[in-house]
Amino acid sequence: MHTEQATKTIFQRPESLSETVTHYCPGCTHGIIHRLVAESLDELGLREQAVGVAPVGCSVLIYNYFNTDFLEAPHGRAPALATGFKRIRPDMTVFTYQGDGDLASIGMGEIVHAANRGEKITVIFVNNAIYGMTGGQMAPTTLEGQITTTCPHGRDTTQTGQPIRVAELLSTLATPAYIERVSVHSPMHIIHAKKAIRQAFTYQKDSVCFSLVEVLSTCPTNWGITPTEATKWLEENMFGYYPLKRFKQPMTEEGA
Amino acid sequence: MAKILMKGNEAIGEAAIRAGATNYFCYPITPQTEVAEYLARRMPEVGGVFLQAESEVAVGNMLFGAAATGRRVFTTSSSPGISLMQEAISYIAGAQLPCVLLNIMRGGPGLGGILPAQSDYFQATKGGGHGDYRLMVLAPSSIQEAVDLTMDAFPLAEKYRNPVMIIGDGMIGQMMEPVEFPDEVDKGDPATNEGWAATGARDRKPRVIKSLYLDPYKLEENSYVLHEKYEQMKQHEVRYERYKISAKNDLLIVSYGTMARICQTAIDELEQEGVSVGLFRPITLFPYPEKELRKEIEARNVKNVLVVEMSCGQMLEDVERVVQGVKPVTFFGRTGGIVPSPEEAKEQIKNMIKKPTRAKKASKATAKKQAAKKKSSKRQRKDA
Ligand SMILES: Cc1ncc(C[n+]2csc(CCOP(=O)(O)OP(=O)(O)O)c2C)c(N)n1
Ligand code: SF4
Repeated sequence: MHTEQATKTIFQRPESLSETVTHYCPGCTHGIIHRLVAESLDELGLREQAVGVAPVGCSVLIYNYFNTDFLEAPHGRAPALATGFKRIRPDMTVFTYQGDGDLASIGMGEIVHAANRGEKITVIFVNNAIYGMTGGQMAPTTLEGQITTTCPHGRDTTQTGQPIRVAELLSTLATPAYIERVSVHSPMHIIHAKKAIRQAFTYQKDSVCFSLVEVLSTCPTNWGITPTEATKWLEENMFGYYPLKRFKQPMTEEGA
Repeated sequence: MAKILMKGNEAIGEAAIRAGATNYFCYPITPQTEVAEYLARRMPEVGGVFLQAESEVAVGNMLFGAAATGRRVFTTSSSPGISLMQEAISYIAGAQLPCVLLNIMRGGPGLGGILPAQSDYFQATKGGGHGDYRLMVLAPSSIQEAVDLTMDAFPLAEKYRNPVMIIGDGMIGQMMEPVEFPDEVDKGDPATNEGWAATGARDRKPRVIKSLYLDPYKLEENSYVLHEKYEQMKQHEVRYERYKISAKNDLLIVSYGTMARICQTAIDELEQEGVSVGLFRPITLFPYPEKELRKEIEARNVKNVLVVEMSCGQMLEDVERVVQGVKPVTFFGRTGGIVPSPEEAKEQIKNMIKKPTRAKKASKATAKKQAAKKKSSKRQRKDA
């Protein structure tokens, strides 16, 4: 007996993503994070009112992969652009997508003050412990002893200080905010990361507070290992120093 | 509307609001902080955005993001702050967004001083930031003109989708003069900017506002688009003022901003003494009134051209470029925050007319000769 079962789509490209094939290296997790952002925008119905701000870094071409308006910022300044935009258009959804060199080094001033002013923007902070785009130099988040092209003998913290924990640092600010660190190196972690990113956009949608999700990410190319080794390296080396945790959330009526 | 007595900085702030620029980002710096203080009070009254940022680096970039909304946006600062905004200015020009910046110049380099100067001419007119771009640069010489130019700056920025910079020295910011605000003002209409602003990808393709072109052919194309706009500005936007320019002139002065006004006083007083001097005052420093200045110089029997600035000689290079050695070009300037008095200017003028060829501050032509003789091409300056 032939069936007339209706076909049901159970998985598809989110509307917020374009069809352009990304330029990311095999095994790089930038693509996964893009998808989680796009799914969140779709689910919350924000695509048509969203404006992303691209960083300088491997994800500089993010605007080719999204089906939303985008601004392209100078290195590290995305939170300032987002502030200028959002102050004038509080009705729109404004998010930045930044690497660790972009946000935690050259852009440290801009992110601290945007967070402290409580700008109602969403920041997706991709921590891969290295400068990807420029070919693997030391980032403020590079782990102690980690080898990069500008610390070829391993990061010497007596000279360069300890890696910066952005989520913890921003959580010390008294201004209400939503700040969580997640990872996308395994399906289980991806599911959780999605929840956090969606929560961040929800807070923005409801005009509640500044929101930042720090996402631990892999850079197999510049870590000099295979994608599978990279997910293992992340878990073994980054988890200890960068604990996955919700660091801060606003006091909302739901008693969050 | 009746005239009101206002300080330059406050009048400029009011002019911006009346021109519909109700989005303002700033960081305090003398001698322009009164704009920020004034707008901190006024913006809430008109339902606008006032934001004191953490630095001028942030201000410039907030302006960038703000300009992308298609609304009129504005910042004010002074020399060291404007230096910090150069990154954003270059990006804004590359991304073709309109915005207006005011530089109430103080003495430099470095932290310099807080007194009036005109030593940011190069920075404003020749680049400042990286890349093939220009700003439209307007230079008022009175508070009324500062008000008028501020109101004109916004539609001009929109017309060319390019940053416009108003430069005034500390006197323009600090001085009080009666001003009149016109009743009819172009307040702009965000709807007219729907074609390029980031408004959300609703019923249209996503829009990207950027200055990045990794393909050199595309980048060259963008640079030519910008270049063509600057050529259009040269065609259509040149502004200048001629003061007592006549066939009788013994000397033609080229000067702008407050310095030009001081020269006017000197010229009026010299007229009483039977000395005839004309003044050519560029109002747009970019586009520079090249053809117009050249015409004056060729048409008149002017023996000498004297450039007067509150700097070590920056606009001087544009005048020399325009004059091209046809007439001797001489320079007089004070810098570091010193504003020459009309008497000082008069003395310079008289000296030049008496013995032009032996003028202490040698012209390019004579400097060349000297260079050949002394193997030193350094132009002598009054304060050297
Ligand atoms: C003002 C400025 N300085 C330096 C650079 C060069 N630069 C481009 S990307 C980058 C580092 C990006 O690293 P990160 O933010 O960690 O992002 P990733 O590439 O790892 O995703 C640097 C230093 C630049 N473009 N602009
Ligand atoms: S260099 Fe690293 S961060 Fe950049 S695309 Fe490749 S793997 Fe990803």
